[in-house]
Amino acid sequence: MAQTTSFTLNGKRVRVATDPGRMLVWVLRHDLGLTGTKVGCEATLCGACTVLVDGEPTFSCSTPLADVAGKSVLTIEGLAKDGKLHPVQRAFQEHSAFQCGYCTPGMVLRAYALLKKNPRATRAEIIEELEGNLCRCGAHVRILAAVEAAGREMGGVL
Amino acid sequence: MKRRNFLQATGLTGLFILFRAEALAAPQVVPNRPPGYPMDFNAYLRIDPDGRVACMVGKVEMGQGNMTSLAMLAAEELDVPLERVEMLMGDTDLCPWDGGTGGSLSIWQFGPVLSAAAAEARAALLQMAGEHLQVPADRLEVKAGVVSVKGDPARQVTYGQLVQGRRIERHLAGVKPKPVSAYTVVGSSAPRKDALEKVDGSARFSADQKLPGTLHACIVRPPAHGTTLKSVDTSAAERVPGVRVLRDGNLVAVLHEAPDQARKALDLVKANFDGTPRALDDRTIYRHLADLAGTAKVGVQEGDLKAAESRAVTLVEADYLNAYVAHGAIEPHSAVAQWKDGRMTVWAGVQAPFRVKAQVAEALGLPAAKVRIITPQIGGAFGGKAMGPHAVEAARLALKAGAPVQVVWNRREEFFLDTFRPAAVVKIRSGLDQAGRIAFWDCRVSGTSDREADIGYEFPAKRFSSTGDTGDIGTSGAGGLHPLPTGAWRAPGANTNVFARESHIDTLAAKAKVDPLAFRLSHLTDPRVIRVLKAAAERFGWVAGVAPSGRGVGVACGSWRGTIDAAMAEVAVDRGTGQVKVKRVVLAQDMGLVINPDGARQQMEGGIIMGLGYALSEGLRFKEGRVLDENFDTYRIPRFSWVPAIETVLVQNPGLQAQGGGEPPIVCLGAVLANAIHDAVGARVLELPMTPERVLEAIKQA
Repeated sequence: MAQTTSFTLNGKRVRVATDPGRMLVWVLRHDLGLTGTKVGCEATLCGACTVLVDGEPTFSCSTPLADVAGKSVLTIEGLAKDGKLHPVQRAFQEHSAFQCGYCTPGMVLRAYALLKKNPRATRAEIIEELEGNLCRCGAHVRILAAVEAAGREMGGVL
Repeated sequence: MKRRNFLQATGLTGLFILFRAEALAAPQVVPNRPPGYPMDFNAYLRIDPDGRVACMVGKVEMGQGNMTSLAMLAAEELDVPLERVEMLMGDTDLCPWDGGTGGSLSIWQFGPVLSAAAAEARAALLQMAGEHLQVPADRLEVKAGVVSVKGDPARQVTYGQLVQGRRIERHLAGVKPKPVSAYTVVGSSAPRKDALEKVDGSARFSADQKLPGTLHACIVRPPAHGTTLKSVDTSAAERVPGVRVLRDGNLVAVLHEAPDQARKALDLVKANFDGTPRALDDRTIYRHLADLAGTAKVGVQEGDLKAAESRAVTLVEADYLNAYVAHGAIEPHSAVAQWKDGRMTVWAGVQAPFRVKAQVAEALGLPAAKVRIITPQIGGAFGGKAMGPHAVEAARLALKAGAPVQVVWNRREEFFLDTFRPAAVVKIRSGLDQAGRIAFWDCRVSGTSDREADIGYEFPAKRFSSTGDTGDIGTSGAGGLHPLPTGAWRAPGANTNVFARESHIDTLAAKAKVDPLAFRLSHLTDPRVIRVLKAAAERFGWVAGVAPSGRGVGVACGSWRGTIDAAMAEVAVDRGTGQVKVKRVVLAQDMGLVINPDGARQQMEGGIIMGLGYALSEGLRFKEGRVLDENFDTYRIPRFSWVPAIETVLVQNPGLQAQGGGEPPIVCLGAVLANAIHDAVGARVLELPMTPERVLEAIKQA
């Protein structure tokens, strides 16, 4: 049944009046109009719906809205600041680390979360982290290169 | 490996000098201009007052990068900076007709059409500039969309000033596009034009359209192919607030303004189906297909097969099998339809908007002029979005709903309604003569076409036959040869046939006790194929050896759409588990003139990685019309940890018109890995995918 759920979305407080049992991805895409988060499998098997909840990569297709009450959610729309791409986004752009672009928001967010914690993540650690995010076009080589490049940049600023 | 060592390893010298002369002598593979493309260049190009160029094409971008490479062709011929060309793609109201995006045709077939249009537009602009500046056109030059008088650059006028956003009302016959030697944009890597919107999340896919009042429709589906709806009870769903149920013949849908609520309400629908699904499954399918071999038609027959066979001292016969394979694009089939002012507009992820326009018009009984298809970004297609059933569903429902209707298939629908790559059996009979050369080749393909079954090896006698074009390029329903719907899947027919041929060649090479690369080269005459194989060998550092050598190295070559590929791979096989680890893949490719080298490499890397799937893990499981794989947990597509070290080699051949680029890089993967596995453990796997179980079984049999 409808009730109000409050959380922080891309840095702003939002209140949504809906069934808190609904999955977050639908609330983001339909109720809040943020369509950068994609739907691929609806079963945590592809990673296209990845968002960050309090900094942790989360499958929004299988996370009830109630689980993010009071928490902070970051979607792809919230990553660039003042029209400036985040280094991870810029690295994806510069390495052409995508083809169709459908899995890209999930890839970028998961990579961002990893590098935020560990900008010096090794290739093996990056592979392990991204393993559950599927890309059918086969941009993997470039995604790995982009994440490594972004890590170097983020490591430099931290 | 250094070149000198490579030359020693293959026992060949003087090749690198020969290449150039051979390439120049090679026959040109040039497609005819397909009918239907408008002759008026204004259909493709519009120059805005600020000098920006809008380039309208009926092709669509689905990840393969033609948005960038087509813009490069236009920028090249017009002499404008690439960033000033804006692509408008796949909108049937605004773009000129196109036959569809697939078959690696965007550049090979449509590229010359666009180049010719842009070249004519440039010539017309020069003529207009000459009149404006009152000098003959041959005294003018163009730089970045600015026309000036040679030696007097102050006298200038821009394209934008000349055209003022209007159509260019003049036409010039016989304008030739630039010679390759004059290219400044084409041939240099360019950044993708779709990068920013794809990394910042603003790229709009079909399900991202935001039309006020849109209802999301979830459709009642049969549980199995071969069954149809008998009765349906939607009363429980209809009692849910906000839910509407619409029925149009066999199409029954539950609609709600929120997609998840519609899906939830669909679960309340009780539907009964009848019909008898065909009693076939993913094991019995091969017998079914092989039994149809008698209906195969001979495509090519040369030489006296019987006489040639009698000269063979070693006979090798094998059946090569491959499973149905799903397209598995991460973006599901999605469409939004709006019925407004007597016109139906459908935003849909489709590869052929003009074909789907006709499809929708026919389904609705409307004249085609009353239908518009708009193609937003497409999240992968690979042949799976060749037709528009989802667009038709959305349009039929929108007509009834009085509101925009969105249809987005879920993953289970994707795996059920897909037009799979056909399962197939390729039987090859062949043999070696006394000298260890191939004496004859008899190939019969059941289940798919014999497309790319021959790459021009020298066979004294040969025959290729197949059960025909069984939906591997178009689409076919589940009622024909195949118990599942089938259609085009990245390089249709070629993956099947290259796997069979190149596996068989390797078996013959092993029987002849000859290095598999040298064996191939000694049976080839096509200079392009020879050159690409040698380029792969040089990069790979191929060291000659008779398989199985225990090193786990393999080679294969293939062709598709005029492009030649050669792959070399190194694998490690776990003899205890049958698990295959692909360590390294080198792919060399001659695609003629390369428009965007980095774009070509992206496709080569993608083809290699996607190819790991059909080679090692992807095979659809089904039983009596039911598809047993419903998501990516049991249907395993390639992941980051599978990715080998990849090296791509673009073999320069700019004298040949640009050939296909999207599909060719995938065709060698099944064979090159099968050959590498054989080289590693001495076991020949005859069935794709080469799962650990099958590899283990082959090791036991060996």
